[in-house]
Formats: sequence, C-alpha cells, structure tokens
Amino acid sequence: MADNGLKKHKIIRKSIQAGWGILTNGYFKGFLTASIYKGPLKNFCIPGMNCYSCPGALGACPIGAMQSIFDGRKRKFAFYVVGYLAAIGLLVGRLICGWLCLFGLIEELLYMIPTPKIRIPEKVDRPLRYLKYVFLFLFVFALPFFYRTSLGTGDPFFCKYICPVGTLEAGLPLVLLDKSIRSALGALFNWKLTILIACILASIFIYRPFCKYMCPLGAFYSLFQKVSLLKMSFDENACVNCGTCSRTCKMNVNPIKSPNSAECIRCGECVKACPKSALKFNVIEKKKKVLT
Amino acid sequence: MKKTLPTYVTLILLLLAIVSCIFGISRGEASTVGKKATSICMECIGIG
Repeated sequence: MADNGLKKHKIIRKSIQAGWGILTNGYFKGFLTASIYKGPLKNFCIPGMNCYSCPGALGACPIGAMQSIFDGRKRKFAFYVVGYLAAIGLLVGRLICGWLCLFGLIEELLYMIPTPKIRIPEKVDRPLRYLKYVFLFLFVFALPFFYRTSLGTGDPFFCKYICPVGTLEAGLPLVLLDKSIRSALGALFNWKLTILIACILASIFIYRPFCKYMCPLGAFYSLFQKVSLLKMSFDENACVNCGTCSRTCKMNVNPIKSPNSAECIRCGECVKACPKSALKFNVIEKKKKVLT
Repeated sequence: MKKTLPTYVTLILLLLAIVSCIFGISRGEASTVGKKATSICMECIGIG
C-alpha cells in the first residue's frame, strides 16, 4: 500500500516539477531566435533557481535579482527580493526546492540513470553542507554589496563565477544559437562549464548535489525551515522504528530525529513511505509538540 | 531538544517580510530587477 502510494506521489511530484518548469520557461520563441523575453513579468521573481537569461524564462531568478540590486552603483539593500524570499520561506520552508525547482528536477532525472549510487560519509557530508551558506553570504550578499570595480560597478559574483544553472539554462542555449556570443567565449565560460559538467556528473551518482552543497537559494529557505507555517510533525506513539522514513530520504535526513531539518526539501516521500502514518505535514500546529 | 517558535512569531515575521517586499517595490527595485532580467546577462552565460 505504502509502496503504491509512494510511487504515485513520485509521479505527481515529478509532473508538478516539470509542469512548473515548462510554465515558467514558456517563451519558446526565444529558443528559436536566440533572444530572451523582455515583458513586464520579468519584474517578478520565480521562487526557484531559474536563470533570467534562459531564452524561455518568463520571470527573474531571485538570486540573480538580489545581486542585481546589491551590485548597483548606489549600494542598496534588496528589500523586495529578500522580503519576497523570506515570505516564501516563512510560509513553506524549503518546499520550493522539492516541488518547484527546474534545476532540482534535472538533477533528480540524472540520478535516475541506473548506476551505482554514492552516499557521502557523514563526516564529509556534514561540513560540505555548510558550503551553500558560504555561497549565500559571501557570493550573493557580501561580495556584490561591498566590492566595486574602478568604474564604480559591482559584480554578481555567484552568477558570474559559480552558477551552473545559468550556464545550463542560458549559457549553452545562447552559445549554440548565437554566433556572436560564441565568438566571445573565453576562460570564464570554460570555468563555468567545468562547474556545470561536475554538477551533471555528480548528479548521476549523488542525489541533488547542487541542492545539498551549493545552492544559495536552498540555503536561504533553509534558514526558515524551523519557523515556517508549514511543518512536519512526528508522532512517536505511532512510530514502530522500522527506519523506512530515513531509508527513503535521499537528502540523508532522519525525519524521526529532525522532522524540520534544514536539509529537508519537503518532497514528502518519507510521509508517504511511513507505514504507520507517523509523519505528517501540518500548516499550523494545533498543540505544542517537541520538534528538533 | 528545541521547541519551535510560537505561530504568532512566524506571522509577525511574515508580515515584516511582506512589508519589506512592498517597500522594495515602492522604491523601484522591481523595475531594477526587470531591467537587468530583460537584457542578456553576460555574467550568467560566462562571458563576463
């Protein structure tokens, strides 16, 4: 029963991820003409990682948008994007990562390639998980905000030096479609392409490595995971300690010990897999429960 | 073991986040984002 429910849940989630990806990248003309959408929707941010220079993108990437405000000639705090992302985080935590992120879906599809899978030992995995916070605070906040070139302009450091999402969704299509862009390629593109290839290869063997170790947006949402209105609760009276939930979780979270872990992407697979329904999503808790 | 914050604290934070978002839009941040997002971002592609 739980198995069938879990399979159905996986299909529904993948369909929602794919549907969202198509919907938010629905400017198909851009892929034919090597152009990007220039309409008013670009003032608004998509809640997941989605490069705004992707030929199909209809909205803005929140991480790129944040940097574009930070790195202006006049140093400004990005109240709009930070408030927008904080509101989403306070409502649903990292649910967006599990349900509405196109790059997350691509990683998951790559992981479905039948090869031996790698589970990184906890001693290595745990410190690596903090890397995404370094990317968030250093490459998205600090460097774009404080660094200025001699011309007085800043740089979107994460987009420029790290982001494999931009390389995949914008770089590759535009490089393939536009001869003038192709002729301008240099060392920076090679560096970014190397990061993208490393992410793609890693995704075949490790579940969502970019989300686990690199994504600044996931890091931002994770700050709100324990205080968001949507929470996961664990009923210890119903639990039979079968371990199904922690075996099911590919983000390597133990939902019994930490149902609202910063690493949980709220995909809901552990909830569906639990044979005793000991795990549940609640919007507002009715009574106080101990959550770690 | 940690207890979660009471729901009203989350709701206050949510209100602050919404106010921050509206304040940002009112001072033209959404159009700054739009301006950046409607031209091809050379940094994102990897040209610099």
